[in-house]
Amino acid sequence: MTEKVGPKSFPSPIGESVPRIDALPKVTGEAKFTDDIQFGADLLYGRIVRSPHPHARIKRLDVSKALALPGVKAVVTGEDCKDRFGLYLKDRYTFCKERVRYVGDPVAGVVATSENLAEEASRLVEVEYEVLEPVLDPVAGVQKDSPLLHPQLKDYTVASFIYPKHGTNISNHFKLRKGDVEKAWSECSVIVEREYRVPHVQHTPIEPHITVAKQDRSGQITLWASSQSPFAQRDLIAASLGMSPRDVRVISPFVGGGFGSKAGVSMEALAVIMAQKVPGHPVKVRLTREEEFYCAFVRQGLVAKIKVGADAHGKLVAMKTEYYWDAGAYTEYGVNITRAAGYSCTGPYDVPNVWTDSYCVYTNHPVGGPMRGFGMPEIHWGIEQTMDQLAEELGMDKLEFRLKNCLREGSITATGSAIHPIGVAECAAKAAEAIDWGEKESSSAPHKLRGKGLAIMWKAPAMPPNAGSSALIRFNEDATVSVGIGGQELGQGAHTIAAQIAAASLGVPMDWIRISGPIDTQYSPYEWQTVASRITWSMGNAIIDAAKDARRQIFDLVAQQWEETPADLDIRDGQVISYKSERSEPLENLVVYGLPKEDDSGWRGGPIIGRGSFMPDYVSALDPETGQGPRAVVHFTAGCQAVDLEVDTETGKIELLRVVSAFDVGKAINPDQVRAQMEGGVVQGASTTLLEQLRLDEGFPINASFTDYRIASTMDMPGENISIIVEVPQDDGPWGARGIGEHSMVPTAPAIANALADAAGLRILDLPLSAERVFNALREKEGMP
Amino acid sequence: MATHKISLTVNGVLEQAEVPSNMVLLTLLRERLGLTGAKNGCAAGECGACTVIMDGEPVNSCLVLAVEADGSEIVTVEGLSSESGLDPLQEAMIEVSGTQCGFCTPGVLISARAFLDRTPSPSEDEIKEALRGNLCRCTGYVRIVESVKIAAKGG
Repeated sequence: MTEKVGPKSFPSPIGESVPRIDALPKVTGEAKFTDDIQFGADLLYGRIVRSPHPHARIKRLDVSKALALPGVKAVVTGEDCKDRFGLYLKDRYTFCKERVRYVGDPVAGVVATSENLAEEASRLVEVEYEVLEPVLDPVAGVQKDSPLLHPQLKDYTVASFIYPKHGTNISNHFKLRKGDVEKAWSECSVIVEREYRVPHVQHTPIEPHITVAKQDRSGQITLWASSQSPFAQRDLIAASLGMSPRDVRVISPFVGGGFGSKAGVSMEALAVIMAQKVPGHPVKVRLTREEEFYCAFVRQGLVAKIKVGADAHGKLVAMKTEYYWDAGAYTEYGVNITRAAGYSCTGPYDVPNVWTDSYCVYTNHPVGGPMRGFGMPEIHWGIEQTMDQLAEELGMDKLEFRLKNCLREGSITATGSAIHPIGVAECAAKAAEAIDWGEKESSSAPHKLRGKGLAIMWKAPAMPPNAGSSALIRFNEDATVSVGIGGQELGQGAHTIAAQIAAASLGVPMDWIRISGPIDTQYSPYEWQTVASRITWSMGNAIIDAAKDARRQIFDLVAQQWEETPADLDIRDGQVISYKSERSEPLENLVVYGLPKEDDSGWRGGPIIGRGSFMPDYVSALDPETGQGPRAVVHFTAGCQAVDLEVDTETGKIELLRVVSAFDVGKAINPDQVRAQMEGGVVQGASTTLLEQLRLDEGFPINASFTDYRIASTMDMPGENISIIVEVPQDDGPWGARGIGEHSMVPTAPAIANALADAAGLRILDLPLSAERVFNALREKEGMP
Repeated sequence: MATHKISLTVNGVLEQAEVPSNMVLLTLLRERLGLTGAKNGCAAGECGACTVIMDGEPVNSCLVLAVEADGSEIVTVEGLSSESGLDPLQEAMIEVSGTQCGFCTPGVLISARAFLDRTPSPSEDEIKEALRGNLCRCTGYVRIVESVKIAAKGG
């Protein structure tokens, strides 16, 4: 249906910074998170026995002493697990069978009447290991003589677009071949070749992972979980148990931060296996903060080899990249990060000749998984520093170099398709302007050096081609609306945006809308996962579709009643109106009870329920040998960050004075929430740049606490954190919108590194830019020992 | 394990409980008194999500034994608002979106309240210093600091 232009009798909430609908319960303490749900006296507690070795064979496992402890109700092991599970590659058991592959790999689960008792009993589980040689580096892991972590790789079920190399540690090899790279080097007048390293980092949502699972007597399993993916969890867990998704119900109240770590299945299945042993009892498994650091997903490590060449005019000619992903013990989700990195390998640049190999490598490290940016912060670390160095060697201004080479509408991407309208150049220009690009600022003290840098980025939602969304719109008796969705509120504002979209697409006031929650797979309509910055766009489209369906039903009813045609009717401010007869009728008079027929012979209509769905139908497969295809992804969101910083030469500490973000969101449904995503992304990005690294010493995590693994606090805020919204509409986005959740931490690290290079003439190729590393590099540069 | 009879005032209400020696105040609040506003984020005094006011001072309730709270006066996030309305900090948080996922929010609000009670007209640096023990992974702190500024002005 085409939206008609009518009298603007009420303000549309689209493009308005309406307050978050979840703010009130969150500031009063009313908002319920999973751990806040009370389960009464039947509640039992689960504790996981984990591998103390990076790589070992289980020689003997004896649970008898643990079971004998009074108050212990059950102990589960790998023997209780049926099938392997995984999102894109089914490579893991819930509890290990025979072999452990990282420090923290679950070996057994103890169920007891209290958390303390479960902890005590877990220490009574006896496990004898035969220690095996570990793989601790992804480049070493691909060598022929490397120990093999998954000898049965060839038997694992895998998605059609993932390419495991049997008999190796490579669980996905994404290849991209465009043009003729080897020939193109001769056309280059400047070539820069570098190797970059990105360590593992942790998402550290402030709410640790938690799941309560219960099996009832009918066999149905219910999970209360802090989850980005209630539906994917139901599907994957059911499959691993040989059950129907019908019989696995996931209820997910508010989520205390996810950033990817609560997507897919990480620890939720553990609670299910335990609950199956004690039917009727809910079993709570809550990760400790220590477990949170290395037993939940971590961001994968990366070794990136990048070679880029440009001609004498500063035009990019060729690019060759090799990515070795330190993907950890299981790569069921990580294989797709490898793929996303492969098809996004050029960054937002127009490069005619491209050669890329992106390898997902099994290592005896924590399980790599999705984290805000899904590979993009990691690859842009190298791409954007290389581009800066290339501009330097060309003697070009770094902004000018980017404006000359960035993608513009119609440019051909690395996968061979024409890019949609995209505001890369506009974002770069606006960010540069706001940071006073080109102006040298003075430092605040003689021992401090000041400099500016910028980085541009792109990122597409990485997901299967057919990831779907759905929505339900149900009118209440007074025409207020309950909107059913399956997308989760993680803090990103998804439910506020859903309410805005529902109100605007129905034609009712915003305060008539209530989002039905908590998300419950038994009642909520299907949503693939709340990941990939896809919810505003995909779920938003499903809500619009549901609203159209509800409006169609209403118009059919009223047209019949008024003897008019539906095309002349509209809904404005909660009233059905006719542009032809100028009649109007409040929705509350008809959306549940229908309307009385004129001749008193009865009623017509009835409760209005709108159903809607959305699934992209245009994402094509890519050629396995060349990575080329008509359309690799749904769209890219692009942007730029510019940084103005000082580095203290006496301590190596970097202080961010100003950070400017400019992102092309297509259309800001709620500008304030868009800015909030940019601000938060800057600080998470800066935190991972300056402070964070999960230290793995021979595979053993050694800094698994907030004391030893520091994340940004208020003391680490940039002096100014400025956000600029750019709006180049997306053709199939709600009012032109596309996602922004992840993007704002993608260019932060290279923008800071580029500013450091400007300030101190120092190029550091490994993250993090800790004070210690910067201090040592400064001394080395000065020729000091 | 030995148990102890304690009494304490929580959000103005006198509560009595018999608690084991090793129970922390956070557990008492959440699991005995049903006040789930204070959150368990690390159980080690590192994240600040469990902050409550104890006799006027912000404390990590995961590090305070319940028996230590005997005779004390506790304020949790549930006690910030009253029948007459929300605390100005809560109002400001709603106004400028100082909350995103909301898990750190109760602790932030409590730390900020204890701070503003002592320092009614703080500088921005003082606000940052007062909240350094409350970790937030969503907001980048921009709107949290802004909320405290607004509440200080209005209060």
